[in-house]
Amino acid sequence: MEERLDTFPRLLLHHARTRPDAPATREKDLGIWQTWTWRQVADEVRALACGLAAQGFGRGMHLAIVGDNRPRLYWAMIAAEALGGVPVPMYQDAPAAEFVFVLNDAEIVYALVEDQEQVDKLLEAKAQVPTLAHIYYDDPRGMRNYEGVTSFERLLELGREFDRAHPGFYDEQVALGRGDDVSGMLYTSGTTGRPKGVRQTHAAFIAAAKGSAGFDRLQPSDNVLSYLPMAWVGDHLFSYAQWLYVGFTINCPESGETVMIDLREIGPTYYFAPPRIFENLLTQVMIRMEDAGRVKRSLFRHFVDVARRCGAEILDGKPVAPGDRLQYALGNLLVYAPLRNVLGMSRIRVAYTAGAAIGPDLFRFYRSIGINLKQLYGSTETCAYVCLQADRGVKLDGVGIPAPGVELRIGGNGEVLVRGPMLLKEYYKRPDATAESIDAAGYFHTGDAGYIDDDGQLRIIDRAKDVGKLASGALFAPNYIENKLKFFPHIREAVAFGDGRDHVCAFINIDVGSVGNWAERRGLPYSGYTDLAAKPEVYALIRECVEQVNAQLAGEPGLADSQVRRFLVLHKELDPDDDELTRTRKVRRGFIAEKYAVLIEALYAGRTVQHVETLVKFEDGRSGIVAADLRIEDAATFPAQSAKAA
Amino acid sequence: MTTSARSPGDVILALEHISLSFGGVNALSDISFDVREHEVRAIIGPNGAGKSSLLNVINGVYRPQHGTILWRARRRHGMNSHDAAAAGIARTFQNIALFKGMSVLDNIMTGRNLRMKASFLEQAVWIGRARREELENRAKVEQIIDFLEIQHIRRTPVGRLPYGLQKRVELARALAAEPSLLLLDEPMAGMNVEEKQDMCRFILDVNEQYGTTIVLIEHDMGVVMDISDRVVVLDYGRKIGDGEPAEIRGNQAVIDAYLGVAH
Repeated sequence: MEERLDTFPRLLLHHARTRPDAPATREKDLGIWQTWTWRQVADEVRALACGLAAQGFGRGMHLAIVGDNRPRLYWAMIAAEALGGVPVPMYQDAPAAEFVFVLNDAEIVYALVEDQEQVDKLLEAKAQVPTLAHIYYDDPRGMRNYEGVTSFERLLELGREFDRAHPGFYDEQVALGRGDDVSGMLYTSGTTGRPKGVRQTHAAFIAAAKGSAGFDRLQPSDNVLSYLPMAWVGDHLFSYAQWLYVGFTINCPESGETVMIDLREIGPTYYFAPPRIFENLLTQVMIRMEDAGRVKRSLFRHFVDVARRCGAEILDGKPVAPGDRLQYALGNLLVYAPLRNVLGMSRIRVAYTAGAAIGPDLFRFYRSIGINLKQLYGSTETCAYVCLQADRGVKLDGVGIPAPGVELRIGGNGEVLVRGPMLLKEYYKRPDATAESIDAAGYFHTGDAGYIDDDGQLRIIDRAKDVGKLASGALFAPNYIENKLKFFPHIREAVAFGDGRDHVCAFINIDVGSVGNWAERRGLPYSGYTDLAAKPEVYALIRECVEQVNAQLAGEPGLADSQVRRFLVLHKELDPDDDELTRTRKVRRGFIAEKYAVLIEALYAGRTVQHVETLVKFEDGRSGIVAADLRIEDAATFPAQSAKAA
Repeated sequence: MTTSARSPGDVILALEHISLSFGGVNALSDISFDVREHEVRAIIGPNGAGKSSLLNVINGVYRPQHGTILWRARRRHGMNSHDAAAAGIARTFQNIALFKGMSVLDNIMTGRNLRMKASFLEQAVWIGRARREELENRAKVEQIIDFLEIQHIRRTPVGRLPYGLQKRVELARALAAEPSLLLLDEPMAGMNVEEKQDMCRFILDVNEQYGTTIVLIEHDMGVVMDISDRVVVLDYGRKIGDGEPAEIRGNQAVIDAYLGVAH
């Protein structure tokens, strides 16, 4: 009899039957990696599903899931789906006030959360969420005196009792599931307006998992580290859909702070990280190298230069001079292999980055030391599965070729349109938004402006709605400029303005780690971000970066007018808690423009100093005012060049 | 569990008419107060009031010239520090006293010292009892590491850690002894607001989870009033107040001692 492997609960049962003792999930707990086999996971999921059923959870209902990447939270998603319910993972670091919208929008009655911190937030939100009735928690620490909430252990107990009383129940429920049932609802990060619940089916995520697993030849023996927010579509694809489709092992870190240590211990073979994590890793290495002895430092410099010259070409299988090859082999022995080991990347076969543009130096660095870092393109609405780069087709400016099963075309206004099995079913309770984004021909409008280049790779320019025009009529793509700025390790965030204006101005956020280190080396004292950001020396440092970007822009066709004429270094870091960034750290342009209108005005009015007061929220939930007199500086611009100078 | 471990129980430690002097300096004069099981008891007072001396009397570093200490209804004139440790009293220090060159894990393991019974020889060849004990002790230490959320620095030498984390490691080492009474000497000195909040949460969690009785010295009045069940106030070696935080806040002698008074 042909087994129908068209839902995630069925995939789990399939692995439990065919490879019962293979490792499915690992978690580091009390200093030791604990392993659960597929059979054990299937048993836990069964008990959990029965427990939820005993509590009245069933078909069509939503289960909110909030917490760091814990095995039980992943299992809870399968349990909810087994009953025909829909897991709704939520961003665990959002404050209670932000929970309210999603909880109400999804009409959450049942929530399963990690620990006391999340329980507290849900209880706080509960006053405004009338439907919320059942809260379950995984970690019992500090939960002794709570009433009206249930422990995970208790839920399992209830489930085992229920299972004994209704022995056929679980299998019946799993048999009821269909591939086109909704398997999960992920909320968009909401760069503009309210987040929207994206409803995805089993079929869509399984299609995405199947396509990408075939493309990169993922194996059951692969290992991934599951450390990115569970509410993010990338994690849902890499740590959930692909996990259950391929049957590899997911590894949950001990805590958010131990990720880098755990990465080294696990040595994943398949790895995904947004550019900022690759950047942080490299910054740490560079800072530590500066503290190393002279011999080591010069050895490192020499071989990094060798790698820069030929490393990426060797990885791509391109012809390289024998002398360089020899040098690279030596470098691999002395520098690259140990470095990969320190980074926890010794065993990586495939690494992906996405979510933001990656800096050219950064990208090339990782590839040059032999790490197969590639780019992909996708979104919540497309199961993070639209374009992938093939092993020999990696380049910086592209995001890859259309993935298997995906049809891609460019709309009349330059917008990227996609069609395929991985598309969303709908936005929850938003037929208007669904109709707006999926056209009659079944193409999803991504909202990104891009084009297909000569190699057939998709290139993304910017968000279509962000692309504007300068007063001169020249194209203004703020993201493009901001990314160029952010490629400098000293610049953490940048926001460019210019739509409808004569020229471009920018806000800069310095990177405290990198600039702080730079300041320490120069014996420059500072007391914190605000103080450091205001130093004339730091302004000079940033101006240099801005001017380098201007020089690059001057050399690119049509972008000479986009050079940044004036800039300021913000007195506070842009923060999701202050609504300036989304939870996935994308700039909320409109909000920032409104909040700092006085600064924008000062930039364009030619003032050199502007006083500003800003309300900030601290991590403990209190808020206060940060005031500063911000300096505004001019940056040199360059005449346009018709072609790039050699 | 139906009852909270936090409801204070019987008196486990009572100090009666304790006086301590160094030569002509009276560090403590006729101090009497008690500590009940499971409570958080704060000792406050201006600099030089005798707070640290009092802790040192409790855990046997100093022997008072006068007065007695009742520890679990057993009267003693003074304890030596080894007896105190064996009796289940652990402490942290105002100036961090950790082994700077050792890892966090090893530092916390030293807190298990009293629980290790294996002989030198057994430990040297790593057999039988030594092996079993090490595994047990390591498991306990890992629980504490998890409890205090310091997994990420497990292998880091203590000397490389920032001050706030060193304080947390010191608390971890004291907890490793599984004390029934924990003495904390200015656990939050020199910390920023966020670190203080974390430390408060850990102290309350320890108190709640393990039912550990806690005596702490602290300068931050906000912290003291928030987390303690009862407060003793010292000034120039004398007790000038004793009661619940609300009472202490309204006590004129305390206000005078802290804010100064016109003579």
